[in-house]
Amino acid sequence: MRLSRHSYSTLRSIQGPLVFVEQVLEARMGEVVTIVFPDGRETEGEVLRIERDTVLIQVVGESRGLDMDRTRIVFTDAVKRAPLSLAALNRVFSGSFRPLDGLPMFVPDRWVPVAGLPMNPVARARPQEMIETGFSTVDGLNTLVKGQKLPIFSCAGLPSREVAAGILEHARSTAATSGAMAASVVVFVALGLAHHEYAFYRQTLERMQGEFVAFINLAQDPVVERLLAPRFGLTVAEYLAFEHGRDVLVVITDMTNYCDALREVSTAREELPGRRGYPGYLYSDLASLYERAGRIKERHGSVTLLPVVTMPEDDITHPIPDLTGYITEGQIVLSREMHQRGIFPPVDVLPSLSRLMQQGIGKGRTREDHRALANALYMHYASGRDLRRLEAIVGREGMGEGDRHMLDFADAFEREIVHQGTERRSIDRTLDLSRALLVRFGLLAP
Amino acid sequence: MNGRIIGISGPTVSVELAGLRLYERVNVGRAGLMGEVVRLEKERAIVQVYESTRGLCVGEPVAGTGAQLTVRLGPGLLNQMFDGLQRPLAALREAQGPFILPGSGAGQALPSSVLHFEPNRRPGDTVADGDVVGYAQEGPFRHAVRAAGAAGRLLSIASGECASDVPVATLEDGRSITAWHEWPVRVPRPYRRKLSRFEPLVTGQRCIDFLFPLARGGSAIFPGGFGTGKTLLEQSIAKFADVDVVIYVGCGERGNEMAEMLDEFSVLSDPWSKRPLMSRTVVVVNTSNMPVAAREASIYTAVTLAEYYRDQGYHVLLLADSLSRWAEALREISSALEEMPGEEGYPTYLASRMAEFFARAGVVETLDGKTGSLTVLLSISPPGGDFTEPVTQACMRNTGAFFMLDTALAHRRHFPAIHWFQSFSLYEADVAAHLDRQVAPDWSALRLETRAVLQREESLREVAEIVGTEGLQDADRLLMRTAERIRREFLAQNAYTEDAFSTPEQTHARIRSILEAYREAAGRH
Repeated sequence: MRLSRHSYSTLRSIQGPLVFVEQVLEARMGEVVTIVFPDGRETEGEVLRIERDTVLIQVVGESRGLDMDRTRIVFTDAVKRAPLSLAALNRVFSGSFRPLDGLPMFVPDRWVPVAGLPMNPVARARPQEMIETGFSTVDGLNTLVKGQKLPIFSCAGLPSREVAAGILEHARSTAATSGAMAASVVVFVALGLAHHEYAFYRQTLERMQGEFVAFINLAQDPVVERLLAPRFGLTVAEYLAFEHGRDVLVVITDMTNYCDALREVSTAREELPGRRGYPGYLYSDLASLYERAGRIKERHGSVTLLPVVTMPEDDITHPIPDLTGYITEGQIVLSREMHQRGIFPPVDVLPSLSRLMQQGIGKGRTREDHRALANALYMHYASGRDLRRLEAIVGREGMGEGDRHMLDFADAFEREIVHQGTERRSIDRTLDLSRALLVRFGLLAP
Repeated sequence: MNGRIIGISGPTVSVELAGLRLYERVNVGRAGLMGEVVRLEKERAIVQVYESTRGLCVGEPVAGTGAQLTVRLGPGLLNQMFDGLQRPLAALREAQGPFILPGSGAGQALPSSVLHFEPNRRPGDTVADGDVVGYAQEGPFRHAVRAAGAAGRLLSIASGECASDVPVATLEDGRSITAWHEWPVRVPRPYRRKLSRFEPLVTGQRCIDFLFPLARGGSAIFPGGFGTGKTLLEQSIAKFADVDVVIYVGCGERGNEMAEMLDEFSVLSDPWSKRPLMSRTVVVVNTSNMPVAAREASIYTAVTLAEYYRDQGYHVLLLADSLSRWAEALREISSALEEMPGEEGYPTYLASRMAEFFARAGVVETLDGKTGSLTVLLSISPPGGDFTEPVTQACMRNTGAFFMLDTALAHRRHFPAIHWFQSFSLYEADVAAHLDRQVAPDWSALRLETRAVLQREESLREVAEIVGTEGLQDADRLLMRTAERIRREFLAQNAYTEDAFSTPEQTHARIRSILEAYREAAGRH
């Protein structure tokens, strides 16, 4: 064993957020270090790679002002941990877990490594309790269940924050008939958010009057902190869910900023870039966050994850939405075209999907006719959408009566089911509206 | 042999330890993390670590074991769930709770069970290395127990019920014979010879069985973007395939989906033998957040388990979801080793490793003259749904069947979303000859007719896009309606209803009735 703390001033190089230190004895992978600036300021760093006595350190926080001679690196012999306590509830922290709300730091019950441990697949309970979000496109067609990870794929300029806020405000567990989700907590993680967006979410959290924990990293805050903040958020979420039996809804926005931070650091480390310059391990890294959602057998509580991903260039095949889609259990896709037609929420249901829907719906959970209604809506809407292409070529007049009928159905579906403005719909109302629409178009026997 | 860690980079560590051999298993650090030597240099060795290296400290001890990474083979593997290194997950959960702690699971043995042993040698007999000394029963499965690496006169031999973790026989020189043996994961198991015969492997999926049939001992890949139903299709096939044993590898995929599958498999039964589904299944699972190096090993662990059952003369199906995650793990390790990258950063040996893996499928005559088969079915997750990427391309050169999952079909909720023009099966002719005999003489003829209808619809659709469906002739509109029926009522199959499984007879009856109705209506025009 070594002395628990020792410090070095033997820097070899500094490149952006990365520092090489030489002649280090016994560094630890992932170890937290304190970096002391020549002027006495302090910031944190983490050990990324060790080669004999040379250690590569990633600086969390500002690296401007570091120098080669007077900077000191203090090794702490511990990996990054999160302080945990119920006292974290209703508090706002920075991406480095420092209070931002002017109140003093709480006294933690204990400290837990932020990297988390993989859940044993046989210990996982199957997610099957529906969360009612109040949006027909989600509840009726892409049902969200407790313990699921369901991202919102958005494009720049689309109201993804209104959708996320809507879910935060309206989410209810259908099992508990009264009020909000039983003992639910929102963990809100903001990554690289602009100030006006943050203000918007801040108001939403206040309006909810429920319990929350917020980790805020704004656009001007250190980039590396964005890699840390979601891990703090998820560690706190796991603690609240699996030790205190809460149903935790984790909203992380925006994951695109997280991935860009990862790319920035990876490039500085001179790693081999993969697609679009993102590191080859982007999939594993994202999975280490997303897979923390879930439920555990014989324990109460759940971690449900709603990451917001802004698709660069509106491209769903971009590595960030693509790899996210491969890990998460479905996706809610927002479309620019719907938004331009004034539909809110502007959800394009065709590429949207909830993989865990089957278990959450049907008799005893929602309603017996739920599955059949959803299937019918999908099928007829898909053929209506196909016909729109035809309409663009031959014109409405050149089409048969049957085809025109389906075009009208697709329009009505978008206007009446997808579009709901500020109305919150219960699942019953969603299903009633769906049934009425199908019956009106003669697609379902009354 | 003891040495120490001198460097750590991602999932690899470099160690100072003389006398190590390539692919030797080593214990790394004070926690005793499992690792494997992947490169030897003059002053150091590089070890690929199968667990998270977080918190590992330079200077911590490293010990060689003198052995390679192995899999334990014997009766009692079925109905079990293992991680990529064959650690039993249920036992691990009991010992450590719901999360997997690094290090502590190494060498976790399977819980002891009772097996029925039937000797065919008696005390005093002389046995040679590799001789069969008796048979152990695991449900309906019969395992030959061999004297592995031990020869001499038998001192004692068990008979009837005995515990799975004690030797079934002892030799006069004190050595013992167990129902279990160890086999290095990276070494294919031997057989007498490979046979080239292709009998149908019924999957219960109409689209596959009818249009793109699979053969026992064959291989198939199904690439598809996210949301195209790879996992669902793979799980459906695991449930309904007409084989004796199923090995399912969840390689770098979702934990919740594994929970869902385990839940379902524990209540469903095999439609062929009517026995519980889990009693013919072994699950190997390394979810996407479990250590990446173990993901690389999980495929080899699974294929070795599969070969073991093949060698007992059974028909085995290996399903892996997804091979892309394995290839990515390979890439991650290769990059930590600072190897020269090939296409898209994958190591240049990607294609040859895959070819080696595909070569482990086949129908074989086993060492004791039985016939066994190993069929391999792999899903692939091409980035951005782009099939020109290296993993899909490397697989396409080696596979016997290719089911392309189409995003457009999936968006219309047409499942399984197998594209009927882009997919192919090289077993078509061989298998169809069998089905013409076994199911109905017009099986092949109906298949050609179905293809022709779908093909004609495709070209009519182009016309209809210009002139509108109203502008088509009656005969053509009838054909388009028939094609639509084929798509909706025949090719699409709802995995959540009773329709999820279709026997060859049901498949035949359904397509015949659609086509008969078509011919009749066409005759009227």
